[in-house]
Amino acid sequence: MSALHELSVREAADRVRRRDVSAVDLARAALARIAAVDTQFGAFLTLNEVEAIATAEAIDRRVAAGQDPGPLAGVPVGVKDIICTAGLRTTAASRILEHFVPPYDATVTKRLRAAGAVIVGKLNCDEFAMGSSTENSGLGVTRNPWDLARVPGGSSGGSGVAVAAGECHAALGTDTGGSVRLPAAFCGVVGLKPTYGRVSRFGVIAYASSLDQVGPLGRDVADVAVVLEAIAGHDPLDTTASPRPVPSYLGALDGKVKGLRLGLPREYFVEGMQPEVEAAVRKAIDQLEALGASVEPVSLPHTEYAIATYYLIATAEASSNLARYDGIRYGLRAPGGALGEMYEATRAAGFGAEVKRRIMLGTYALSAGYYDAYYLKAQQVRTLIRMDFQKVFETCDALVTPVSPTTAFQLGEKTADPVTMYLSDIFTISVNLAGLPALALPCGFDRAGLPIGLQVIGRPFDEETVLRVGHAYEQATEWHARRPKV
Amino acid sequence: MNLEPVIGLEVHAELLTDSKIFCACSAKFGGPPNTNVCPICLGMPGVLPVLNRRVVEFAIRAGLATQCGIAPRSRFARKNYFYPDLPKGYQISMYELPICIGGHLGVLVDGETKRIGLTRIHMEEDTGKNIHDAHGDASLVDFNRSGVPLLEIVSEPDMRSVAEAGAYLRTLRSILQYLEICDGNMEEGSFRCDANVSVRPAGSTTLGTKVEIKNMNSFRAVEKAIAYELRRQASALEHGERLVQETRLWDAEREETRSMRSKEHAHDYRYFPEPDLMPLVVDGAWVDGVRAALPELPGPRRERFVREYQLSTYDADVLTQRKDVADYFEAGVATGAGAKEMANWTMTELLRIVRDEKLDRALVIRDWPVTPTQLARLVKLVERGAINRNTAKALLPKLRGTTADPEELVAAEGLAQVSDRSALEAAVADVIARHPAQVAEFRAGKERVLGFLVGQLMKATGGKANPQLAQDLLRTALRGG
Repeated sequence: MSALHELSVREAADRVRRRDVSAVDLARAALARIAAVDTQFGAFLTLNEVEAIATAEAIDRRVAAGQDPGPLAGVPVGVKDIICTAGLRTTAASRILEHFVPPYDATVTKRLRAAGAVIVGKLNCDEFAMGSSTENSGLGVTRNPWDLARVPGGSSGGSGVAVAAGECHAALGTDTGGSVRLPAAFCGVVGLKPTYGRVSRFGVIAYASSLDQVGPLGRDVADVAVVLEAIAGHDPLDTTASPRPVPSYLGALDGKVKGLRLGLPREYFVEGMQPEVEAAVRKAIDQLEALGASVEPVSLPHTEYAIATYYLIATAEASSNLARYDGIRYGLRAPGGALGEMYEATRAAGFGAEVKRRIMLGTYALSAGYYDAYYLKAQQVRTLIRMDFQKVFETCDALVTPVSPTTAFQLGEKTADPVTMYLSDIFTISVNLAGLPALALPCGFDRAGLPIGLQVIGRPFDEETVLRVGHAYEQATEWHARRPKV
Repeated sequence: MNLEPVIGLEVHAELLTDSKIFCACSAKFGGPPNTNVCPICLGMPGVLPVLNRRVVEFAIRAGLATQCGIAPRSRFARKNYFYPDLPKGYQISMYELPICIGGHLGVLVDGETKRIGLTRIHMEEDTGKNIHDAHGDASLVDFNRSGVPLLEIVSEPDMRSVAEAGAYLRTLRSILQYLEICDGNMEEGSFRCDANVSVRPAGSTTLGTKVEIKNMNSFRAVEKAIAYELRRQASALEHGERLVQETRLWDAEREETRSMRSKEHAHDYRYFPEPDLMPLVVDGAWVDGVRAALPELPGPRRERFVREYQLSTYDADVLTQRKDVADYFEAGVATGAGAKEMANWTMTELLRIVRDEKLDRALVIRDWPVTPTQLARLVKLVERGAINRNTAKALLPKLRGTTADPEELVAAEGLAQVSDRSALEAAVADVIARHPAQVAEFRAGKERVLGFLVGQLMKATGGKANPQLAQDLLRTALRGG
């Protein structure tokens, strides 16, 4: 029998509900695991020990009273530190919010609690979710559990690591350009970026509002489906959240891929990608074909513009979204005489280099005289990218691609050259621009023993198909069951 | 050089919704600092705006009342700048797709109606308020006002005089008050106005260099500031100086405008579509519903008053500027008072009290000094000759706060006008007997003395004598004697 911290989300919740294990024991096991291993990984920025135990006790009492605490009953989860948790420090991994304690929960936090989850702590990430390696965190280094010299991916690196290393059973991340999928791939776990509007953004510290989306990370597809079901749906506090009813995602995992039409976008198999990655992905595609899916090559001709488009739109929105960190009402305030000096000193001290770079890029893109050439043009290209997908989805039910051209790279390897770093997101970014759902799941390992990620992209609000494909693949393979040696 | 003024006005009208535009906080004015606030209107991390439907309805009302087109699809935009009273570092406003486009309103200037075009009306959120000099070196910020809904109403540069600008502003305020969407209080800042002013040679069709004037806190200030600025610009041009496009602040104490910032230092607000809000879709049914519920507006009502009650345009204008005043007048007429007499009493006696006691600060006056029925009955008593005007005026304070019927009050206090010739003749004889000197003067040809003698007669009758009859009787008696 596996250790408590190794249980799947479903099994943990089932056992709590059956009173086979107590929520308190699960919480203690997770906290003990974190205490034992996290000094190596640095996944957590803040632990929530006292509240976690109290919540777990409350869940146990409810179970004892014959009530159902929900589908995540007593399950220890971690939350990316860009998602607000009432009374629990939420930093966005930035010095400017280093001591910020929000008086409110994000809607997803509320929903996790309502589903019975026990929040064990807050997870490191790139500052304001800007990055692909978690190296842009202003508050700490996070290491890949498969190789401590390597990055965990980003920006939700802490979330990928905590799930892979058994520090929590599932975690929430956010994905603006690949920030759930890349760490899932680099850490060998499953991560889903839902359709834009599927999950509320209320209380999620904004990076790029038209692209940000909260997504779950778990150790298998079914766990991700269960968590998604708990957090998805209409929210009166977010008018960009869709009122569409939330289906049973777990119920969609029927193993049936026979007859599904899968597209392979030619632009996602490019020169220069790590050969082992391409080989593993192609092998996964063969496997899906063997399971009864049909596979056809397709083209997304505007893919090459995705990175440039993303870095105009995302930075423009970020330049405005981050204006509120001005030292006036909360967060860091650097000493400064006149108002202008205080603003400059606060923002100079509070933001890291990459955040400053993106604020400057975005400010420039929105400036008078440049708006049409940059921001407006980028919005037009975004429409073309969206239309590329619409077109292929006329003949395909889902697309299958790699998550990233390489496996996890070395810490420090790409920090000197931001553009090289940006290219890590080349296969994930279009999905955000088009607002689509996409799943990342393990499909092999390279020679260095690092996980390789497979991406399944679906139609808007068709998370069910994406999860079904991933689940069917997972049933036929063992990759997801491999764990790093900790 | 004969110069023509060109004036356009930008009005910010605070809307009378219960809650703020993007959160559930109360939009009420006043209250201890930072009590009507929440994470949303404080711009805390991660929060999102949710549009108050009532604000949209108010904007549609304003648009329809000013003949604007209502955009079926409009969009909010972010206006980016740093200031402590702006919690998010941007203001949610509308930019390239406002909700109302291209209307106009008719304003009455010197008895003529002039049409002033509207460029647009859009919705936006108000900022908080910085409080300086209250706490040593530090400035404080009150965010109660942050997120209170505003309409920005932008006119075309169609006004050609200070009088037209004043009339436009009063007409616009009157319309917003009729619509019950803004209380129009300039002093408290719920109705604010910036002016764009330029001059050009008369007959020219190109625009001169425009100056934006801010910081005007009353109608008078707007008029004075524009007049000052027109003089300043004209004088500069006459002296061969070049005008610069700039923003100037009105200094109410020194009665002059001062340069605040020039065009080169103008903010680049980096507007872009607000990604946190979906485009606003307003369907025809919604617009039709709002249109059906619009009240009769001041312009049409003024014209109807002229037509229906044979009032002068001036009187009709005074009576229709406020909906509650016009309603009051019509309620009195409905009980049978003559329109002209009712109009006079409403405009002179009633509105004087209203203004003196600042009852017009309320959007709708509910604590009238007397009810329309009471005033109408008083008017009828005067019309009938049952009491004279002075008695009627003296009665007004006695009616206040009561449900008394003026007729009963007249009877109870014995105030009925004395129109009985025989009753007055004795008094006339008495006055003549008591003032031989004045009588002699009159008879010597000093007509003016008659007024004094009438006064004595009124005094002797406790003010109740019918003044016309008293005069006639006196004159006859003096001539006869």
